[in-house]
Amino acid sequence: MSDSIRLGFNGNFQARELSIESGDPVPWDPSTKFSLVGTRVPRLDGKAKTTGEARYAIDVRLPGMQYGKILRSPLAAATVKTIDLSAARRSPGVRACLALAEPGEKIRFAGQEIAAVAAESPELAEDALRQIRVEYEPRPFVVELEAAKAPNAPLVFEGEAETRTSAGEVESAKKGLSRKGNVLGPRLTNKGDIEDGFRQADAVVEGTYATQVQTHSALETHGLVAKWDGDELTVWASTQGIFSVRDELAQSLKIPASKIRVITEYMGGGFGAKFGARIEGLAAARLAREAGAPVKLFLDRKEEQLATGNRPSSVQWIKAGATKDGKLTALHLVVHGTGGTNGGTGTSGPAKNVYACPNLKVEEYDVFTNAGPATAMRAPGHPQGSFALEATMDELAARLGIDPLEFRMRNDPSEVRREQMRIGAEKIGWSSRDRRRQTEDPAIRRGVGVGAAVWYNTGGTGPRATVTINKDGSAELEHGVQDLGTGSRTMVAIVAAEELGLPLEKVSVRIGDTRMPYGPDSGGSTTTPSSAPTIRRAAYQAKQRLAAAVAKQWKVPPEKVVLEAGTISVPGDGQHRLSWEQACKLLPDEGVSATAERAENHDDAWKRFISGAQFAEVAVDIETGKVSVERVVAVHDCGLAINALTTESQIQGGVIQGLSYALFENRLLDRATGRMVNPNVEQYKIAGSLDVPEIEVVVVPVWDGVNNTHSTGIGEPATVPTAGAIANAVSHAVGARITRLPITPEDVLAAVEAARKGGRA
Amino acid sequence: MSGDSKRGFTRRDLVRGSLVGVIAAGAGVKTSEAAGSRLGPGPAPLELLVNGTRHRLSVEPRVTLVDALRERIGLTGTKVVCGRGACGACTVLLDGEAVCSCLTLAHEVAGRPITTIEGIATDGRLAPIQEAFIAADALQCGFCTSGMVLSCKRLLDENPKPTREEIREAVSGNLCRCGTYNHVFDAVERAAGLRNAEGGSRKAETTDAIAYRLPPAAYRLESDNRVETATAEALDEEA
Repeated sequence: MSDSIRLGFNGNFQARELSIESGDPVPWDPSTKFSLVGTRVPRLDGKAKTTGEARYAIDVRLPGMQYGKILRSPLAAATVKTIDLSAARRSPGVRACLALAEPGEKIRFAGQEIAAVAAESPELAEDALRQIRVEYEPRPFVVELEAAKAPNAPLVFEGEAETRTSAGEVESAKKGLSRKGNVLGPRLTNKGDIEDGFRQADAVVEGTYATQVQTHSALETHGLVAKWDGDELTVWASTQGIFSVRDELAQSLKIPASKIRVITEYMGGGFGAKFGARIEGLAAARLAREAGAPVKLFLDRKEEQLATGNRPSSVQWIKAGATKDGKLTALHLVVHGTGGTNGGTGTSGPAKNVYACPNLKVEEYDVFTNAGPATAMRAPGHPQGSFALEATMDELAARLGIDPLEFRMRNDPSEVRREQMRIGAEKIGWSSRDRRRQTEDPAIRRGVGVGAAVWYNTGGTGPRATVTINKDGSAELEHGVQDLGTGSRTMVAIVAAEELGLPLEKVSVRIGDTRMPYGPDSGGSTTTPSSAPTIRRAAYQAKQRLAAAVAKQWKVPPEKVVLEAGTISVPGDGQHRLSWEQACKLLPDEGVSATAERAENHDDAWKRFISGAQFAEVAVDIETGKVSVERVVAVHDCGLAINALTTESQIQGGVIQGLSYALFENRLLDRATGRMVNPNVEQYKIAGSLDVPEIEVVVVPVWDGVNNTHSTGIGEPATVPTAGAIANAVSHAVGARITRLPITPEDVLAAVEAARKGGRA
Repeated sequence: MSGDSKRGFTRRDLVRGSLVGVIAAGAGVKTSEAAGSRLGPGPAPLELLVNGTRHRLSVEPRVTLVDALRERIGLTGTKVVCGRGACGACTVLLDGEAVCSCLTLAHEVAGRPITTIEGIATDGRLAPIQEAFIAADALQCGFCTSGMVLSCKRLLDENPKPTREEIREAVSGNLCRCGTYNHVFDAVERAAGLRNAEGGSRKAETTDAIAYRLPPAAYRLESDNRVETATAEALDEEA
């Protein structure tokens, strides 16, 4: 079936032929008068979360439940010689013990799992851990990127690179990339002819930009509660993918997936680090089996900092050229990053996908170090890549004598983002930014910077949902998606209620259980664009079945029956007209139900990239080096936002996490001991209430036609450009380039000094 | 976390308090141990007065208040995030003051009135600050919410019309990783406004109404006016 659909944004819509899968509703037309979609709907679980009733996995308590704890390596590199659990087994209240490493096994970072115990109380489990005797043979280690690159550096992996976490395997190692010492790569991207591009350039800049390791620091730590009933396992997990937990447990424990049930009713944050059962989840399941009792095993904050993932560091050398009329001709990026014992440190997403450049070359290297393994973190590679790219755009604009915003506009192929740039520039007062640099206080300089976001419309097939219409007119929705705090529960309810024409309170939502129809993992900002079209399709089909049931009673062909605004009728026929409730009364006792699968994305859609533009205004104290971010304007699109309220919340959160990354967060490893020196949340500083700026959020609706709801995710794009925009604002304020994150007072003062010497202050 | 953000409570005070609590447990605290005798190391009985209900339990002296609440009594609304008084997730009210229950030993506070997040709604009606949190979407994952709400309640109890700066100060010991701070500030202002508008009593706005859909205008706080929503058409129709 092919339908002509109007797609576009900002009042400019073009009709486009889309092939619509049979049984899938056509994407909403821009003239649609929504009753719920796009309004500000308070989240359905707000009451549960503000009263303490919400039961997170870590809150689960079961009769006879034991408490699991993990012993970790204090050494950054060692070979395990022996693990003696006998004293721990005799420790009071202990019900199960198991080794997580084997004699002869290599330990590659401080914090790696060695053994686990389960005991009657958390305190007794702690006592038992102290009874475990481990003999290590220490080995040389390296925790710093530059040192790890050296030819004579201790090798993190002597043979094939291997990792032990489920959440981030070394994909690159499997692609047969060459490895020299600890350095794996390069992964190469080539477009056009880079040398030719530089020959065409009238101005060329180059620079090196460094970013730190950031940890996810979700407030609910990793872990789960495991309970066996015979050969069936029930698990309450803090996870971004309940089905991913089920599948890893099935694989590792060698039991059928059908015997495992995973439940995530509420979830205390993820940001990319919570997929699969992981070592602690497998340990909990095995301890529970040995103990013959349910086991709760959740990590503490220190373990969370050491071993559950992070955003890798980067050192990015970037060289760019442009013609004197401000057109990019060449972009060359060389990245070295360390994700500890993991790879995946590339940062080239923004360089490849934001500005149009005919000649592009990227070389990306993973550098292994003896540090906790990286995992995906909110827009992997993008905040780091954006920081380097946006600094380069500013430098190149300055070299060309073109306003940095104007320079971006000339090279931005996205008409949506160019509009977002215009909106943001207006709101931040871009045109007066140079005049605002000097303030009445000679110690305070003001600066304004900009950064661009790119993300991808990543939803896809796989999810299923069931929508049931009951005889009393209420509706039920079952969908195995989890709500990380992003508002998924409310989002799916809105879509179902909108399609059925019901008020929200008539729709009951059940999510977060693998006994429900398959839901997507929540990663890559895929949840909304995967779930929303599935829900809409199921509701659409349930509605059709209601119409068919009514048509049968009326003895008219079902296609003549129309459901609109709570009324079911045969248009032009005054006889056949019923309210929703009256119509539902005609249903059999079981009501009507439809389970639908998500349709394929429309390849012929209007747009597949998600855009954004952020502007930051900072005040910099040039005597102390302190940076205060005073205001951020964040202009984004996520196709069509289903819930304007929670969309705004996520954008606020993305900006704040980006600010925290720009100014504070930094995992520090001691080169002498190889241990993390700030495995907490006070020395690992995260932005707090005194640090957050006023944030103005603007969402531009884009009717992209990729799926039947035009919806995409927003979690990741919202955090991509913030650090770059802030760094550019600080550079603008002090008159010299900031080249390293986090932007410490020390670095600011060095930049102030450089500006003085360079005559740019 | 600054000292006055927790109304005179500092981490150092609490650590000191905890030690004093252990040493003086027999004398000053309601336990079944005779005065002057030493507690532990094994479990010892005590009574906790939580949200007006007396709970008799027997725990080791080293058990923290938050573990007693969560794992022994089953009040799991109070969360543990850092376990060392740096994040405020475990905030409860002790004699009306905000304290970190992860730094407080259960025996040290035996018999003293403790209010947790489960105890601030009255007769099933949410406190204004809870309603305001929902309406302003001052929560995402919700894991910091219990502590955040209690810190805000403590602020409003003492200062019914706080400035934005005073609100920032009051929650400066409460860490939110999802980044909801601006909405928390909005929520406190909203709760304060409701009180003032109603002369101290609550507006007849039910939780149900808030949980579902009010006209957008009802949510528009100062900051909300800055937001342009995704579907102008839908809003225009409602307005």
